Amino acid sequence: MSCPLPQDRLERVSAWGMNTHTTSYVFRPTTIEGIKEVLETARQHGRFVALRGSGCSYGDASLGAENVVLDITRMNRILSWDPIKGVAECEPGVTIKQLWQYTLGDGWWPYVVSGTMFPTLAGAAAMNIHGKNNYRVGTIGDHILEFDLLTPDGTRRTCSREQNAEIFHAAIGGFGMLGVFTRIKIELKKVYSGHLRVTPIGVKNWHEMFTEFEKHLVDSDYLVGWVDCFGAGEQSGRGQIHRADYLKPGEDTVPAQTLQVAHQELPDTLFGLLPKSIMWKFIQPFTNNFGMQLINALKYLSSVTLTQGKVHDVTHAGFAFLLDYVPGWKYAYLPGGLIQYQSFIPKETAEKCFTEQLALCQKRGIVPYLGVFKRHRTDPFLMTHSVDGYSFALDFKLTTKNRAKVWALAAELDALVLAAGGRFYFAKDSTLHPARLESYLAEERVQRFRALKQQLDPENLLQTDLYRRIFRT
Amino acid sequence: MSQQFHRAIVVGGSSGIGRELVLQLAASGCQVASVARRSEPQGEGIKTYVHDVTDFDTVPALFQQLCLELGGLDLIVYAAGVMPAVGPDEFSFSKDKQMVEVNILGAVAWLNEAAQRFGQAGGGTIVGIGSVAGERGRAPKPVYGATKAFLECYLESLRNRVGTKGVKVVTIKPGPTDTPMATDHVGKKLPATEAARQILAAARAGKRVAYIPWTMSLAFFLIRRLPSPIMQRLKF
Repeated sequence: MSCPLPQDRLERVSAWGMNTHTTSYVFRPTTIEGIKEVLETARQHGRFVALRGSGCSYGDASLGAENVVLDITRMNRILSWDPIKGVAECEPGVTIKQLWQYTLGDGWWPYVVSGTMFPTLAGAAAMNIHGKNNYRVGTIGDHILEFDLLTPDGTRRTCSREQNAEIFHAAIGGFGMLGVFTRIKIELKKVYSGHLRVTPIGVKNWHEMFTEFEKHLVDSDYLVGWVDCFGAGEQSGRGQIHRADYLKPGEDTVPAQTLQVAHQELPDTLFGLLPKSIMWKFIQPFTNNFGMQLINALKYLSSVTLTQGKVHDVTHAGFAFLLDYVPGWKYAYLPGGLIQYQSFIPKETAEKCFTEQLALCQKRGIVPYLGVFKRHRTDPFLMTHSVDGYSFALDFKLTTKNRAKVWALAAELDALVLAAGGRFYFAKDSTLHPARLESYLAEERVQRFRALKQQLDPENLLQTDLYRRIFRT
Repeated sequence: MSQQFHRAIVVGGSSGIGRELVLQLAASGCQVASVARRSEPQGEGIKTYVHDVTDFDTVPALFQQLCLELGGLDLIVYAAGVMPAVGPDEFSFSKDKQMVEVNILGAVAWLNEAAQRFGQAGGGTIVGIGSVAGERGRAPKPVYGATKAFLECYLESLRNRVGTKGVKVVTIKPGPTDTPMATDHVGKKLPATEAARQILAAARAGKRVAYIPWTMSLAFFLIRRLPSPIMQRLKF
C-alpha cells in the first residue's frame, strides 16, 4: 500500500449552504510550481483534485470528499492594473472584493459581480457567474479578455477569443474540470460616481413582475426582483423590483468622495448600535414557516406602501453585495443549512413555469424563505446556464427530517424546468440528477465537453463531488 | 441529540461484540468497514478488510484507504481484544505481550489516527471497548486488566484533547458478555446482541463512559472502593 497523504492536511470542507460537510486533504499553493506539485501528489496517491476558491458555491461544486482539494485563495496578487483602459491582470485567487477595492478609486467597477464579494476570480470564471445586470452586460466570462490555464499534464496555455478559442469558451463555465486558472485578465467598467440611483417598485403578482421587468429592461443598468414565496393564488409572485442605474458624468458632484473605498464600506452595526456580526442569532428564531411568512409579508407590505417608487442613491457595494449586508446570515439556517434551487427559463415560458414552481412548493408544504428573480441573456460559453429569459432562485431550509422531501420536490421542479426548456447552474446546484444533464444542455454540448475533458485531462485527475454526481464517470 | 452514523470503521469486526456492532450498524443503514484478521463476507453494506492490528506500521495507510472507500467517516470502534486463558500460577510473557500488543498498541495505532482526523475535521465519534476488568487489579487477570485500565486512561486523555473540537470519545465498560472471549466465564452473561445495542445507544448519545449493562456501574462503584487488603483476600 502506498504511503499515506500527510494527515495534517486534513480539514473539514463544507458547502457554502452548510448542507454537506466533507473531510479532504487541503493544499494551498502560492505558485504555479506549487500547483503542479499538488497535482503530482494527488496522482501518486490515486486521489482526484477538486479545485476550490473561496467556497461560495451553495452545493458540492468545490468539494472532493476524502480527496485532494486545491485551494487557490493564497495566489491572490493583482499582477497589473491599467487605470486608463480599465484592465486588470490577476492571480486566480484574487477576490471580487480585492478587485473593486483596488480599482474603484480610479473610477472602475467590475462589469459583473455576484451577490457576495468573496468569490475568487478563478471560481467566478469557472462558474461563469452573473450579476443583477446579466441581461445588459452578460456574464463575467464576457468580460474576461484572456487567461492562462494549467492542465493536469503540466502544460500552460494562454486562451482568449483569438487564441485557443474553444478552450476559452469551455473553461469559462467549465466548473474547474478542464484545468487550473493561473492568470486572469479582465476588463472593468468606467463609473462616474460611487453611487447607483435605485428605484424600488412593488409588484402584486407574477404578471406585474414580468410586465415591470419588460418595461425597464431597455434603459436600466440593473434589475432584480425579490419574491415573497408565501404569496399564493392571485398574489403568487408578489414582491419588489429594484432598478438601479449608473450616474452619468456630472450627476454626482463629489465623485472623488463617493468613489473612495471607505465610502462604500457596508456599515458594521445596525442603527449604529447592534453589531451586525451577531444579527444572525436574532434571525434564527424566525427561520421557520411562521416567522418567514411574517417577515416576507411585512417586507412585501412595506414595498407596496412605504418604499414604493422612492428613488434613492446607494453605493455600488451596498447595492451589489446584499448577501454580505448581514454577515453570517446563513448561520440562521443551522444546523441543517440550506440549498438554493435556481432555474433559468426562456422568456416565453418563464411566467407559467415560475407560477407552477411556487404553487408546487406550496402544495408540498416546503416554501422557500427567499425568492430572487433576474433577467438573463445568452452567451457563447459551452456549458452556460444562461438563457434569453429569466431565472428564479429559491432558498430552502434543510432539516434532518425534510431533506428527503426537499430532494423529491427538487426532482418535481426539475421536470417543470425541463418542460419549459430551462437550464440549471452548477454554482447553485445540490440536487440535479445525471439523467437530467443532457436534456437541458443538449447532448451535443455535453459530448463536446466530455471530448475536451478527455483531451485536456485524460486521467480524470480534476473532479469534484458535483462532477461525480452529475457526470457519473 | 441522538446522532445517526453513516460511515463507520469497526476494528475487530469479525467476532464477539465487534461482529454484532458491524451487523447492527449495517442494519441501520450505515456503511461499515469491518477490519479483522479473518475475512468473510458479513452482509450488505459491509466491506471486510484483512488486517492484523499488531501490524502497526500499515495502520495509517489502511485507515486513509478505508476513509476514502467509505467516502468519509463518522464513527470508529476499536473492538479488537484478546484475553488468553491464564492459569493462577502462570506468568507467561508471550501471552502478556500479545495482550499488550492487541489491546493497547493496536488501539493506540488506530485511535491516534482517528483522533487526529476527527479533531481536524471538527467532529466524529470514537468508541473504545474497555472492560470492568480495568477497574481493579484482580488476581486472575493481571495483564488483561492492566490493558483495559490503560485503555480507559488513554481514551479519557483523547477526550480531553479533542472533545472541545466536537469529537465524542466513548469508553465502554462491558461486564461479562456472551462472546467467544468469555467462554470460560461461569455465571450470568449479557447476550452480545444486547451489549452491542446498548453500546450503539451510548455512542449515539455521545456518552463519556458507559457500563454495559448499566447495573455494572453500581457493582463497580462498590468494588472500586474495596480496601486493598480485602481485595487481596477475595482473589475473585
